[in-house]
Amino acid sequence: MPAARVIARLDVKGPNLVKGIRLEGLRVIGDPRTFARRYYAEGADEILYVDIVASLYGRNSILEVVRRTAGDVFVPMTVAGGLRSVVDVREALRSGADKVAINTAAVANPELIRVVSEAFGSQCMVVDIQTKKIGPDRWEAYTDNGRERTGLDALEWAQRAVSLGAGELLITSVDREGTQKGMDLDFLRRVTTLVEVPVIACGGVGTPEHARQAIVEGGADAVAVASVLHYGRHTIGEIKAHLAQAEVPVRVSA
Amino acid sequence: MSAARPVVVVDYGRGNLFSVSQAVAHVGGEPRLTSEPDAVRRAERVILPGVGAFGDAMAGLRERGLEDAVKTFAAAGRPLLGLCLGMQLLLDESSEFGRHAGLGLIPGRVERLPAPPRAGRDKIPNVGWCRLEPTPGGAPWADSIFAGVKPGDFAYFVHSYTAQPADPRHRLADIRFAGLAVAAAIARGSVAGCQFHPEKSGEVGLAILDTFINRA
Repeated sequence: MPAARVIARLDVKGPNLVKGIRLEGLRVIGDPRTFARRYYAEGADEILYVDIVASLYGRNSILEVVRRTAGDVFVPMTVAGGLRSVVDVREALRSGADKVAINTAAVANPELIRVVSEAFGSQCMVVDIQTKKIGPDRWEAYTDNGRERTGLDALEWAQRAVSLGAGELLITSVDREGTQKGMDLDFLRRVTTLVEVPVIACGGVGTPEHARQAIVEGGADAVAVASVLHYGRHTIGEIKAHLAQAEVPVRVSA
Repeated sequence: MSAARPVVVVDYGRGNLFSVSQAVAHVGGEPRLTSEPDAVRRAERVILPGVGAFGDAMAGLRERGLEDAVKTFAAAGRPLLGLCLGMQLLLDESSEFGRHAGLGLIPGRVERLPAPPRAGRDKIPNVGWCRLEPTPGGAPWADSIFAGVKPGDFAYFVHSYTAQPADPRHRLADIRFAGLAVAAAIARGSVAGCQFHPEKSGEVGLAILDTFINRA
């Protein structure tokens, strides 16, 4: 069984690492590459780069950030934000990314999931699903960093994405994102019971215990962490030590 | 400071060589991407990467005259390292999408990973960080590409098929999958292969590339 993963999520706007709350109110934090290097050294199992403006304005300077990061960060990298086609995906993979996460373009054209997974393998096709709770036991999928409704039931969409060839799901709770108040365990439990592919839980980790809950109680295979790392409240090492103590298998150096 | 050691990375049109090149350069090698059979024959050290399907990869090598070049290179006893699918190509044959002949540099076959129990957390493809352990009765790690690796270190895997060398002494390291030991690394003489991606396996992976390039 592969180890549970702790993923460092870096939201990028142009050349800057930024962070908001509930995907709004962005603040510039610094040079993404410096942070990626630090998280790599601290034991991050993966780096997730999210271009948070590409989806709105169609910019793609993030690939330059990815290329430069690949020079001294040697763990898998995922790129998300604004990828619309096989050509975009190929360019991301050539820049050093191992996987791509797609939300908006997959909602607009679900066939893209099949095309990408057939061209490059399902292991590199991550479908990014942003969720908002809209009622008891009901979640809706959103796009554009939680700005646009899709009308899709998030659980149905998750199932469909997997049937089209998604090799992994990135589940971001828009309600929890940036709040550091813990993850949406109800939704995680539902989705991890429903699909066979690995699920990355994102949004809301404020303490190492929140990460444990997402994995042990929510059934997630990985957690993506942003604010608590960027603001130095916890390190990847602290999160992993807490997971290891709870007997969750994690990658540590032998 | 000594000059960077040239490492020929075989480019047969299947997959992305950027990350491999970056990792080679990081440990002090000088990556030289090539599709030229002569450059492979003359190389001091060769890395054979690969992603995708076995039969398609062999076709990619053959079309470019690289199958013979890699065999000739290996026969001269110079260091060859296969990565991921490139490791599987070192064996005699694979059952992925039909029967396909490999390079035949290490006796054995490539078969689909054993079916994991439904309730377990193991899945095919096996994607993620897995723990490396020495193969019981396998090749010793000292003086191998694993000289800098400790039992229990983790490496990053992405695969659905697994190499099964005929001779257990050609196995260097295993991981546990579906309750069984499956090959993580293989070696025979100057030929070695990693099922995982050393270029994505953090410091453990870099240590393997460093050993391959600077000491082996």
